[in-house]
Amino acid sequence: MTTNNKYAVSPEGYYGDFGGSYIPEMLYANIENLRKVYIEISQEPTFQEEFQVLLRDYVGRPSPLYLSKKLSQKHGAKIYLKREDLNHTGAHKINNTIGQILLAQRLGKQRIIAETGAGQHGVATATVCALMGLKCIVYMGEVDIARQAPNVARMRMLGAEVRPATSGSKTLKDATNEAIRDWINNAEDTHYIIGSAIGPHPYPDMVTRFQSVISEEIKYQLKEKTGNENPDYVVACVGGGSNAAGAFYHFLDHESTQLILAEAAGEGIGSGRSAATSILGTKGVIHGCKTLLMQTSDGQIVEPHSVSAGLDYPGIGPLHAHLIDIGRATVHPATDEEAIQAMLYLSREEGIIPALETAHALAILDKMTFNPKDTVVLCLSGRGDKDLNTIMNYLDQQ
Amino acid sequence: MTIRKTILDKGSDILNVYCTAGYPKLDNTGTILKSLSSQGVDLIELGMPYSDPLADGETIQRSSQIALQNGLTLDILFGQVKEAREHTSTPIIAMGYYNQMLQYGVERFLSRSHDSGIQGLIIPDLPMDIYERDYQHLFVKYNMEISFLITPLTSDERIHQADKLSTAFIYVVSQTSITGKQGVISIAQKKYFERIESMNLVSPRLIGFGIHDRMTYNQACKYSHGAIVGSAFIRSLDVENVEGSIETFVNGLR
Repeated sequence: MTTNNKYAVSPEGYYGDFGGSYIPEMLYANIENLRKVYIEISQEPTFQEEFQVLLRDYVGRPSPLYLSKKLSQKHGAKIYLKREDLNHTGAHKINNTIGQILLAQRLGKQRIIAETGAGQHGVATATVCALMGLKCIVYMGEVDIARQAPNVARMRMLGAEVRPATSGSKTLKDATNEAIRDWINNAEDTHYIIGSAIGPHPYPDMVTRFQSVISEEIKYQLKEKTGNENPDYVVACVGGGSNAAGAFYHFLDHESTQLILAEAAGEGIGSGRSAATSILGTKGVIHGCKTLLMQTSDGQIVEPHSVSAGLDYPGIGPLHAHLIDIGRATVHPATDEEAIQAMLYLSREEGIIPALETAHALAILDKMTFNPKDTVVLCLSGRGDKDLNTIMNYLDQQ
Repeated sequence: MTIRKTILDKGSDILNVYCTAGYPKLDNTGTILKSLSSQGVDLIELGMPYSDPLADGETIQRSSQIALQNGLTLDILFGQVKEAREHTSTPIIAMGYYNQMLQYGVERFLSRSHDSGIQGLIIPDLPMDIYERDYQHLFVKYNMEISFLITPLTSDERIHQADKLSTAFIYVVSQTSITGKQGVISIAQKKYFERIESMNLVSPRLIGFGIHDRMTYNQACKYSHGAIVGSAFIRSLDVENVEGSIETFVNGLR
């Protein structure tokens, strides 16, 4: 893994003003231990070998980089899809869970907990726990359990226990709260596999590093296809931000590659039912890190809304908050409706059913103008089977 | 009188009761502060309700959610404390989360806390090093005491840091858990309390988390200057008879 310099996390865990570790003392020992060992352990040759073999033979990497003729024609640029949806379990999430389960084993942990929104991270965690024989408990908001039923069934099939989070908006934020509380109660035998590039340091950096395989592959795949390893644009959706962090990582220092984030506008930025954190958010602390989040003037966290469970989060990863803050990344919002239309378009024109989260990245292509010579890589972060209920209900209402 | 001096003057069996501001009804805060005071509790920990209280169990989470639904804001809370201060002098230490302080503006938060008659703060997710670097001088300026938490997993080095930085008391978290657990004090917990006791710390120590009845309160007092009771108190509050339920609860403890 090469590391970039200008945008790397500081030793204290900050990206500019964002990041850090704001956690109750009950979690200090665990987080401090992780911070001390995560780089060293993940760079050991035996770790790297096991990680690479699993990514290749179990996950099915490298994932293809596919030139979409229809999208290219529609938007007037060469548009490549990085097919993370073709990974085992159907999304990019497994890159990180493979890395973290290997870390948890080396830390001697016997029990794994995770939070999940869309259920993709929950499935990816349940999968690696089945593989390694570790007990797995996944926290999921009650609302998400209802709207992502197929993934709940998959987690149970894989032997995981799915525990509903019933507080607050009963979505990803609340599932994360419950997972953190579980970790406080079981600090010694449990490892918490966070699925997004959020949480106290070292989580955002650790998750980003495990996901950075996405941009590592894009680089050489694009070189093979076009002779140039650097695209003009990399586009990804952002909730907490793990697929975007992975897709951006190896391009961060290549300033002429524009980094574009799609966030969930929900029913519209001004509707009161939105998850557009970069626009509606202000600096604050959520889930142990300083970042942009949606909150009241009294610092109470606002309950977000998005049709996509994976983007239904009131914060954003600290790396992304920093990239937005300094102008290195640009954000475009997409509404529920625009995302659904983009999902239907890719399904009907390319025969690829993308996840609703990913559909936000597809939707914002309409809001951008390209030069015919531009090369655009869009991270197709996951497949949409889990969203079929949501879409069928939508189509029935039309 | 400061929180620390209150603890040191009495020396032992300190009873610190936690209540959530704005719960069960918005305007119960003043009544509860006054009743706790007239029942002779030594200190009051006043919870500043937060939407995402990570260190708290179901009871305090639920009370916080209800308080927020009741319309409690920090400004209302400061007003309620100020009003109650005309009738009671029992020291109040407020407990809230870092993001509340950050959004309100740290200096404004400290100044308003001080003006209302709050003497100290517990901010469980404010790291000690950040406090020391960025905020310690402001706490001094506004005469605000602070308590840091230690747990069975806290290293000796950090315990000494908490001892040095705490100006109210050291909050000894009785077990690695969130608030609201019920059960007896285990042998491992007693060993942990003895270990902390033998460290000859400068700050007085109060034990909290899982202290819910007379037995656990008495045991905690044996190993420290006193104890903090929170979730059990919240559970005991009778919305129809707030003052009566407080009297019954406090009498049941000692």
